[in-house]
Amino acid sequence: MQLFLEQLTNGLAVGGIYALIALGYTMVYGVLKLINFAHGDLFTIGAYLGLTLLLSLGLTDHLGPLAGIAVLAAMVMGLVAVIGALLERVAYRPLRTSPRLSAVVSALGASIFFQNAVMLLYGARFRVFPHDLLPTTAITLFGVNIPVMRIILFATSLLLMAGLYAFVQKTRTGMAIRAAAIDQGAAKLMGIDVNRVIMYVFLIGPALGGVAGLMVGLYYGQINFTMGWVYGLKAFTAAILGGIGNIPGAMLGGLLLGVIEAMGATYISMAWKDAISFLVLILILIFRPTGILGERVADKV
Amino acid sequence: MKPATVLNIVVVAVLLMAPYWLNPYWVDVLNSIGLYAVLALSLNIILGYAGLFHMGHAAFFAMGTYTTAILNTQFGIPVLWLLPLSGLAAGAFAMIVARPIIHLRGDYLLIVTIGIVEIVRIALVNNVFGITGGANGIFGISRPHLFGHVIRTPHEFYYLIFAFAAATVLLFVRLENSRFGRALNYIREDDTAAEGSGIDTAHYKLVAFVLGAFWAGMAGNIFAAKMTIVSPESFTFWESVVMFTIVILGGSGNIRGVLLGAFLIIGLPEVFREFAGARMLFFGAAMVVMMIFRPKGILPPRARTYCLDFLPETPKGIGR
Repeated sequence: MQLFLEQLTNGLAVGGIYALIALGYTMVYGVLKLINFAHGDLFTIGAYLGLTLLLSLGLTDHLGPLAGIAVLAAMVMGLVAVIGALLERVAYRPLRTSPRLSAVVSALGASIFFQNAVMLLYGARFRVFPHDLLPTTAITLFGVNIPVMRIILFATSLLLMAGLYAFVQKTRTGMAIRAAAIDQGAAKLMGIDVNRVIMYVFLIGPALGGVAGLMVGLYYGQINFTMGWVYGLKAFTAAILGGIGNIPGAMLGGLLLGVIEAMGATYISMAWKDAISFLVLILILIFRPTGILGERVADKV
Repeated sequence: MKPATVLNIVVVAVLLMAPYWLNPYWVDVLNSIGLYAVLALSLNIILGYAGLFHMGHAAFFAMGTYTTAILNTQFGIPVLWLLPLSGLAAGAFAMIVARPIIHLRGDYLLIVTIGIVEIVRIALVNNVFGITGGANGIFGISRPHLFGHVIRTPHEFYYLIFAFAAATVLLFVRLENSRFGRALNYIREDDTAAEGSGIDTAHYKLVAFVLGAFWAGMAGNIFAAKMTIVSPESFTFWESVVMFTIVILGGSGNIRGVLLGAFLIIGLPEVFREFAGARMLFFGAAMVVMMIFRPKGILPPRARTYCLDFLPETPKGIGR
């Protein structure tokens, strides 16, 4: 039981990260019907930018660890958001009316570009985050040891997700994003500037992905230029699991995938961890192709 | 002769002569191009003709390669005898995994096939059934014999791969224009209308998968013979992406386009090897630029045209 609860908290912490990345996939897919394969690399860029800023600005020395990292996270979000918007402008906008798969290859090209840019700038070796920034202590709750780090991580991702949810549900821009996701043509006729909506989506998604990169750096302590592939794939799996295009679905899918993975690694086999999450994905798609929260969409006529 | 025929003859002649001018390194590059060309052509049946978003072709390639590697090292069966068997193993695997997912739409199929290739790779790493050799793979695959001659050097392999690729192209040209090929094109253009015209879409899609996998499995056999060592590293998601990119960038549904794609995607990074790290940076940027200016690929397939001369008379107002 104790092991179960420990793994549950671990899964939720990692799942929060998956959820943040998955939100970027799902929002882009909702509006553009495009799988943004470069999203995982924006996540990597977030991690590296976070490390650079952390080491060069010394924010944590001036502001204390928590406030310093909060400011750092905000800066990372801003920078990665700009890169995301540029990516859309350069690699995706010219392909808006092209066959679907051309945009997929363009996204793969952008991914290769980012990955190699990071490698050339920072080198191919693992980079290490300073490990004495955040408290490494654990608190004991109902007889279960939970590292404070895990709680901070989970709380941060919940906070960001709640913020996003409120933004999408309550503001006019959020309404425009939802409208464009349902029907771009109709949204245009209602006076919504769809290009602007797409830009917002490419600001918000990469911002969340970038901050997830920073969180992974802080949690695991080391980062590598290829890590975006694995996390991207997992997060995309999470987005599909919840029902792609569906924002609460991505959150649920991310958390669920994190927990499934942690449980699979503990109770089944560590070596088969990744295979288990993909197997769950395939089973879900076979029996409920639109994901858990996705609505059944009729085939094109 | 038509210009296209002349071009075909020139290209084949140059390829036949190429090894005489090239050192073993470049012949080996051509060998890789040839193998990827065959793989991409087999993927083209699924992705290009039938229009199914399949990004897991490396899984079928792996099935063929490991079938050859295991049967050769365990039972000493000559490598080339295993060529059809590797194809069958990959085809049977495709039939089992594709059947439940064949009805999935576009992107869902894409992610499931990605999932399959990852599961296969993890299974290989974890030494499933104790026969795949784990992360180290299998080594000591024997060299292929052909008419009492051992194929060993890159130059010798070149002609083996060349012959295999040539046979593939000839057969696939026939396939493209067959009833089966036309049915796949119909499914790609409009699934519902194809179903309405009496094409059993699920069956045809499944056959496309099995056929593509069969060919990828045979390519795996040659790959195992060429490498003599196989390991799970050769069958990552990235390999699938490379095949996928060759087909889409070259021109999905067009055999010439796919062959050109193989030369560009596999050949160009080798040409620019001296630029070391930066070459992949430019490669990625080039993929984006290519898609912006040629969204249907470099050589998109030409639309099918049919001669209507056999009609007794063409009614007014109906153009050809």
